[in-house]
Amino acid sequence: MYDDDVDVIETKLPGIGVRHDFLTDGGRRVGVVSHRNGSRDLVVFSKDDPDSCSQVLQMSATEADALAQFLGSGRIVEKLASLSEQISSLATGKVRIAHGSRYDGLTVGATRARTRTGATIVALMRDKDVIPSPNPEKVLRGGDTLVVVGTPDGIENLRQIIDD
Amino acid sequence: METGVLLIELGTVVLALGLLGRLAGRIGLSPIPFYLLAGLAFGQGGLIPLAASEEFIGTGAEIGVVLLLLLLGLEYSASELTTNLRQQAPAGVVNIVVNGAPGAVIGLILGWPIPAVVAMAGVTYATSSGITAKVLADLGRLGNRETPVVLSLLVLEDLSMALYLPVLTAMLAGVSFAVGAVSVAIALAAITVALVVALRFGRALGRFVFSENQEVLLLIVFGLALLVAGIAQSLQVSEAVGAFLVGIALSGRVADSARAVLSPLRDLFAAVFFVFFGLRTDPADIPTMLLPAIALAVVTTLTKIGVGMWAARRAKIGPAGQVRAGTAIVSRGEFNIVIAGLATGSGIVAPGLAALAASYVLILAVAGPLVARAGDPLGRRFAARISRRNERRARRIAERQVAVDSVGADGFEPPTARV
Repeated sequence: MYDDDVDVIETKLPGIGVRHDFLTDGGRRVGVVSHRNGSRDLVVFSKDDPDSCSQVLQMSATEADALAQFLGSGRIVEKLASLSEQISSLATGKVRIAHGSRYDGLTVGATRARTRTGATIVALMRDKDVIPSPNPEKVLRGGDTLVVVGTPDGIENLRQIIDD
Repeated sequence: METGVLLIELGTVVLALGLLGRLAGRIGLSPIPFYLLAGLAFGQGGLIPLAASEEFIGTGAEIGVVLLLLLLGLEYSASELTTNLRQQAPAGVVNIVVNGAPGAVIGLILGWPIPAVVAMAGVTYATSSGITAKVLADLGRLGNRETPVVLSLLVLEDLSMALYLPVLTAMLAGVSFAVGAVSVAIALAAITVALVVALRFGRALGRFVFSENQEVLLLIVFGLALLVAGIAQSLQVSEAVGAFLVGIALSGRVADSARAVLSPLRDLFAAVFFVFFGLRTDPADIPTMLLPAIALAVVTTLTKIGVGMWAARRAKIGPAGQVRAGTAIVSRGEFNIVIAGLATGSGIVAPGLAALAASYVLILAVAGPLVARAGDPLGRRFAARISRRNERRARRIAERQVAVDSVGADGFEPPTARV
């Protein structure tokens, strides 16, 4: 889900998590270290020593989500809407998980949405928060809404699978 | 009456460990040296001999080894292990040779039997992943470009343990070459099986083992680890390797939950393990071993820094990052004591091994993080020196170029015609 003009480098950190970083147009390298337990470190690389970080900001998972909202994830739904205008066969939709539904308590991966319907789950809306690109291991709760992208038929099939 | 004494002794030991751990935290040091010192203080030749509880502590120490290795295996997924193996193998091999040699040399000088020499080589070779990871996080270096190199070296070391421990166990057991070769072959087969299972059937295995119920997960994973460790031990393949393989075989969600649930248990039994090692070490041996331990510490600090810098340079990290990488891997801790414990637990006669290993780890568990901290200023100085040297070189080349240009295109200075 990376933009075309931002060259994001992904580096695995065994035993810790993964680091994503890229070089801004202004010449600064900025990145995020994603820990396995969900916490995130925002890192800004030094100008003099491009290997070291001059700023390391440790954030909990919720703090990182809050920052992400201001950095742009709130605009995901807008962007998807404009995307579907560009590609006529592509549609976006929202699929709600009802309380007590079969998928209440299962993971995002357990829906096997892409395998079964071809529709991709690109975001999870929960209690006014938007979680972009949810991890397949993320557990769904009743009241969640899945933002999906796919063919109109695929999205309808997924809605039926979730609702039944 | 018997149980009363047992509980009093155990309670004193564990309470002392807790208080020492708090002290270590206040000072900002790893608690491992404190646990070792506690073990030295109690037990034979020490302040309070622990007669009643020594057997229980011994069993606790064995469980500690199993849990240490299990949690280590749970740290890394099988794919992380195999990717690192392919990319960083040369650095891993250099690490083994350069850092194992000092230990082997000192073992030979002291006239120990070959299995003890091999054990001592392992003691000087292994870096403490636990202390190093904590130091990297504390110093805010997790985002640095040299950190993946450091982590790769740690992963490779842990992977090499899977081979080293069965070989060492076979040698310490004094079995014939044929029997030893068979057990090493079994170990290799088991490692391959565990990695294949983890890579191919990891998710299925995870679903089989996983339970939302913490208690059930704890019992299943812990029980499985003990069982496999015991089977490994009876096959003359070290129990530590068995536990490690169980850890590797589990990954993803199961590994994360199992780690959360088992870490407190590991902390307790690992602390008991360090104490047990200290208990079996006679403090009277330490003064004679102090100088060799210091010499060994200095030499292996330099060799670790060298290996780290070389591995970072291969990965195209700048000079400051190279120094940071080298200084980060100097700490010694849990694994080194595990290896020394294997040697002292067997019947091998190597006078002073326990004392040397204990002093060595004591010195480097304390000095290691300090060296890592010094990596930042040292790295900057080194980088400044390198850039000054490059500037001088560039200037000299530029001067030579000017001289060539002034001499003329064909290199000859035309003789001035004098009229």
